[in-house]
This record gives sequence, structure tokens and C-alpha cells, in this order.
Amino acid sequence: MGEKKIMLGNAAIARGCYEAGVKVSAAYPGTPSTEISENMVQYKEIYSEWSPNEKVATEVAIGASFAGVRSVVSMKHVGVNVASDPLFTAAYTGVKGGMVLVAADDPGMYSSQNEQDSRLVARTAMIPVFEPSDSMEAKEFTKYAFEMSEKYDTPIMIRTTTRLAHSQGVVELFDRQEIPDKPYERDIRKMVMMPGNAIPRHIFVEKRLNQMATDGADMPINKIEMNDTSVGVITSGIPYQYVKEAMPNASVLKLGMVNPLPRKLIEDFCSKVDKVYVIEELEPHIETQVRAWGIDATGKELLTVQGEYSANMLREKLLGEKLFTKAAEQVPARPPILCPGCPHRSVFTVLNKLKMHAAGDIGCYTLGAVAPLSVIDTTVCMGSSISTLHGMEKAKGKDYIKNWVAVIGDSTFLHTGINSLMNMVYNKATGTVIILDNSTTGMTGHQDHAATGKTLMGETTYAINIYALCKALGIDSVHEINAFDVSGLEQLIKEEVAKDEVSVIITKSPCVLLKSTKVTGVCRAIPEKCKKCGMCLKPGCPAIIKQPDGTILIDETMCNGCGLCMSLCKFDAIEKEEF
Amino acid sequence: METKNIVIVGVGGQGTLLTSRILGGITTAAGYDVKLSEVHGMSQRGGSVVTYVRYGENVAEPIVEEGCADVLIAFERLEALRYAHFLKKDGVIIINDQRIEPITVVTGMAEYPEGIIEKLSAEHKVISVDAMEEAKKLGNPKVFNTIIIGVAAKHMDFEHDKWIEVIQATVPPKTVDINMKAFEVGYNL
Repeated sequence: MGEKKIMLGNAAIARGCYEAGVKVSAAYPGTPSTEISENMVQYKEIYSEWSPNEKVATEVAIGASFAGVRSVVSMKHVGVNVASDPLFTAAYTGVKGGMVLVAADDPGMYSSQNEQDSRLVARTAMIPVFEPSDSMEAKEFTKYAFEMSEKYDTPIMIRTTTRLAHSQGVVELFDRQEIPDKPYERDIRKMVMMPGNAIPRHIFVEKRLNQMATDGADMPINKIEMNDTSVGVITSGIPYQYVKEAMPNASVLKLGMVNPLPRKLIEDFCSKVDKVYVIEELEPHIETQVRAWGIDATGKELLTVQGEYSANMLREKLLGEKLFTKAAEQVPARPPILCPGCPHRSVFTVLNKLKMHAAGDIGCYTLGAVAPLSVIDTTVCMGSSISTLHGMEKAKGKDYIKNWVAVIGDSTFLHTGINSLMNMVYNKATGTVIILDNSTTGMTGHQDHAATGKTLMGETTYAINIYALCKALGIDSVHEINAFDVSGLEQLIKEEVAKDEVSVIITKSPCVLLKSTKVTGVCRAIPEKCKKCGMCLKPGCPAIIKQPDGTILIDETMCNGCGLCMSLCKFDAIEKEEF
Repeated sequence: METKNIVIVGVGGQGTLLTSRILGGITTAAGYDVKLSEVHGMSQRGGSVVTYVRYGENVAEPIVEEGCADVLIAFERLEALRYAHFLKKDGVIIINDQRIEPITVVTGMAEYPEGIIEKLSAEHKVISVDAMEEAKKLGNPKVFNTIIIGVAAKHMDFEHDKWIEVIQATVPPKTVDINMKAFEVGYNL
């Protein structure tokens, strides 16, 4: 027996890669997938990198697979969209070394802009999907996926959800299995996808899926737990745990492979039970297919396609149990907010003062959409701020966007924003782009990127100079400014939006939570000088508390001493106490 | 034994994850099947956060259902009130008596409820501590969460020395001493 350890689902996937003899791992951070790569780095046998985006990361994994080693690429569900171009064709080329793509879905949208179901993407891409239901399975299914990837010559998707990725469970550890590299053979019929080669590969792909659907009946990751035969439940992933909790007596077909579906196994199971339920979060991926085979299964007519499930939800909706739980208290909401000392708050305070609209992007700074900052008007996907602003200008003319800017973080800019900026230059745009450069990938918890000078494995590397990069695109008007220089920034934004050319303002101030950021003091209110004007409350800093008498108190345990409130106070009623 | 359910709530950035990891460590060390469910990402940025810890012989679901928690550990008063309905009838609430105003209150859209502890005490067993004040006395406000763990430890069935071992193994090496002191403060409150 191996050592037992409690592990996050994501850590277990990384461990599974290690035990499976993986040699290359690539990813772009994205909740809830980020900790896979963060845990990968402890295994020195695996080369791990942050790539600038999921498309690049997927191609890195494909290249490693072509070179004959086992490779993994991990991303959040929306990252799969970015990666879909290489992914859909990797389905045709197949693999040399085993290749696994981990897609982490986010039912309930804890930290996402949509709640798409990656199983449907994989089905369209004709890629098999394995879905574990706890940390131990996350590790074991990952290992099994590499074996099956090589056996069936296909990349395999491991699909997780937030609840699995960010839950910890007990895992038994095993040793790493060293897999010899596959010898390289030039094979353009398999690895060069042009029509003449891709046509026969498409036939292969269809055959492969049919074969896997047949073989699925004997795969150990699909298992039947026969019990009371009056109710049979088909389920997979985290919902399996809810079924076990709410319906301990039901017969269960737990699918580890959810694409392609093992039809014979499912039909056999359904023939042995009186009533069939399909319980799956998000889309009716299993249910639709099962019903198309003529099986009378119940699922989404009772259960939602939105958010997460729970055992209580099944008790209520399926079993008709009346639950006597107390209602939640009606209390003030506590939505996420920018941290005290966050440089984004300073930039948004200036934009708010100037009554500017902002086309926003994906990052902590998306929080600039809500009161009291209320600056961001649009947020779609990674890199979209710049191109959205461009589209507005082309629709309505350059004067229409004189009170607009695009705001995008440094990591997001390098992810896909750079393409959009190229487009602005090429297609004669005049908009202003503010790159909120906080020297990190902030929202996912501080990952390095191509402009930080450090790799995922902790090596020092060349830091791409964002200023020089923008200049190299042919943009004349590129400026760097400290995010907390409120008056300088105000002046600069006014000047740049007035210009009839593309301009870039890089607000450079590191994330206050970065270990390398030194907090130099805390701000303190001087009640005698306070005129109760409320200026300091405008940026919505959580460290500033309005007192019943109208004066303010600054919570010293929360304040990071950025001095934004101090620079807004006209009465010198706030001072900074240096450490 | 019946599965035990613990819910830890607080404000993103308060260090609830460290607490859940220590609880995960001690329950695993005791040989239980354990599941923990955490919140990462955007909600961590000053938002309301919740962590579930379940341990027993065989734990399936990683979340604690409403009305099922044996212990609710709240790092902040308002969050205690928000999640109080997760408690069982005879469940215990451990509250860090601290007020952190949510942005909805700061901007005047809502009012911070008064008399939370009194209200909760009418229905539940409430243990309220000013862990922040105690942590300041130790010279490091950041260890207030370890003080709360110390308080919680008294209401759980694990040996004192086991807690010490797990905390030593979980906190950053440089902070072991101060965290040990903080745990003892909480344990002896």
C-alpha cells in the first residue's frame, strides 16, 4: 500500500501525471484549473510551463506527444475554446506519446464568465472524455487516460468541475512509472493534416470512437453498483457523490468515460432496472443520447441545467422529500471586491472622475464594473476589451469613443490582447488602451507570465517589455505611469483619448498581494481635520469605514498604505504612518 | 460513526483556507475518510467565502448541506449570520467577534445588522472570541485564525498534541513559533 495523503483534486491530477511518467506539461492559469500546474512543478521529472494562452499550451503538448513522450495540457472550460483549433485537429492526428487535456468546468460560475459544458466540446471534437468523481479517481483516471490515449491513438480529455478541482480527498500515492520515449518516425499521413491525409484520418477517428464505445463495457472506470432494482441512476463525476448520499439504495451505473458512451453497458443496465434517472450537472449530454436510443430516462425535466447539484437537491426533486431546513437570514451581500491597496482601484477612480466608459477584460479588474467604481461597461472574454472598443469605433466613428478606453491586465494582454492591438494599428483605429500592469496574473493567485522574468519552474528568464512591444507594433503614443499618480494619470488619459491615433497607457504598479511588494506603511485618519466630505469613500476601499458621526476610520489590519485615499483628501485629514 | 460536518466561513483573504487545511490534516491523521471543499479564484477577493470539512468512515459528498453542520466556525460576525442555517439544531458556532463591512454597507446600499451574537445565541450555542485583539497582544494580528483554531480544538475530539503536530506541519516554517503561541492562546481562552 502506498502512502495516503489528503489532496486537492487538482493536486491529484498533477500527481497522476507524475505517476504516469509524463515529461511535459503546459497551461495558462484559469480557475478552477490553476493548481494542476502549480502542483506539477514539485515533480522535477516533468518540464512544466505557463504558456501565453491555451492554444499555445495545447500545441506545446501536441509537439511533445509527436516527439514521443507523454504530455499534459490543462485549462479552465473557456480555455478549451481558445485551444479548440489545435484540439480539433489533434483528434485527427492522434498521438505518439500519450496526451491528456484537462478541462475544468465551473458549474455555478464561481469564477467564470459562462458555464459551458466541455463534454459537448469534446463530443464535437470527437475526443474521448474521462470524468473522475473524487481526488483518488482524479489521479487514477489521469493515469488510465495516458494508457488509453496510446492504446487508441487519441488525445483524451479529463473533465473536472470546480467542486472536484477544489475539493480535497484522501489519495493513495504510488511510484512513478518511467515510460520509454517512442522512437520518432516521419509519418506525414498522420502528422500533416492537409485534405489528402485528413480524409482517411477522419474515417479513422469515427472507427476509433465506435471501438471505444464498444470497449467501454469492459473499462474498469465504468462500473455498475447493483442494488435495489426499482431505481437505476446513470451518473458520473461529482454528481455520483450526491447520488450516493441521497439515494444509497439505488442501483448506479457510474460512468468514468462519458464520451463516447458505452452503449451496450448502458442498455444492459437500463434493462435491469424499472425506472432510469440520468443525473449530470450542466447540459443533458448523457441523457440526450440515452433517450435517442429509445430508453425512457428522466433527468433534466426534474433537474436544472444551471449551477451545481447537491444531495438535498436530489432528495427534493427526485425523491419528493420535504426538507425542513431553516431559511437563510436576509443579510447584506458581500460580493468580491478589489483588495485594499489594489492599483486597479486607483486607475478606476480616475476613470470614474473623468466619467469614462471602459471596455473591460478578464481579471481582478473586471470588478471595476460594480459600484462604487462603475467604470467597466463590457466584459466578454480574454483579450476582448481591445477588439470590442475597436468594433465600437468602426460602428460609430472615432468621436463616439472619445469617452471610452479599453482596460486589460498584463497577463491578459499577452494572452490574446496583443492580437487585438495589432488589429487596431492595422485597421487605423484611434482608441486608447490602458494596460493595467500589476506584474502578475492576479485573479488566479499570482502566476508568472512572459513579462515577469520568471518561469513556472522558478528560473530567471527574459522579461518581455510591454512598452517596447507596443512600440514595435508602430504605436507612437505609448506611456508608462505609476497607477497611484492620480493627477498625472488624469492628465494623461485626457490627452490620449483626445488624440486621433492609437495610444497605449501602461499603468505600472505591482499587485499589492505579491510577496515582492513591500507595504511601506498604513494610512491613518485625523478626525479633527476631517470635513466629512466623503471623497475618500468614493473608491470603495474596504479598509475605510465610515463612522456614525460621518468621519472615517481606517482599519490598520487591512490597509496596505497605498495612499489613494490620502491623495483624494483635500483637507490633509489622512496621513501615512511609515513603518 | 456518523459523518461530522464543519463549515468555515469568512471574508476572502482572512485565511480560512489555512484553517481548513489544518482540519484536513488532523482528521486525516486520525485515520478518517475526509473531504474538504474550498473556494478559490474571484470570490477570494474580499467576498464571502465558505469551506466545508466532512470526516467519518466513508464520506461521499464534499459539501455540507444546510441544517447539517455540527460546528460553524465564523471568522466574521455577518458571515456567521449568513451561514447560521447550515447548523444542526444542537450545533455550535465559534465566532471571531470582528466586523468587516461589505461593500454594500460601505456604499450605503445596505445596513450592517446589529446584535448578531445575541440573535444567534438565542438559538444556538455560541462561543464568541475577539481573536484579533488576542492576536494583537501577541504582536501579530495575522495569527488570529490560529487562535480560532485553538478555540475550535477544545470542541473537537482530537488530542492537544495532535493539533500541535498538524499545525507545525501545515504553517510556513518561519511562522511555526508564533502560530504555536496563538494556538495555545485560543486553546486556553
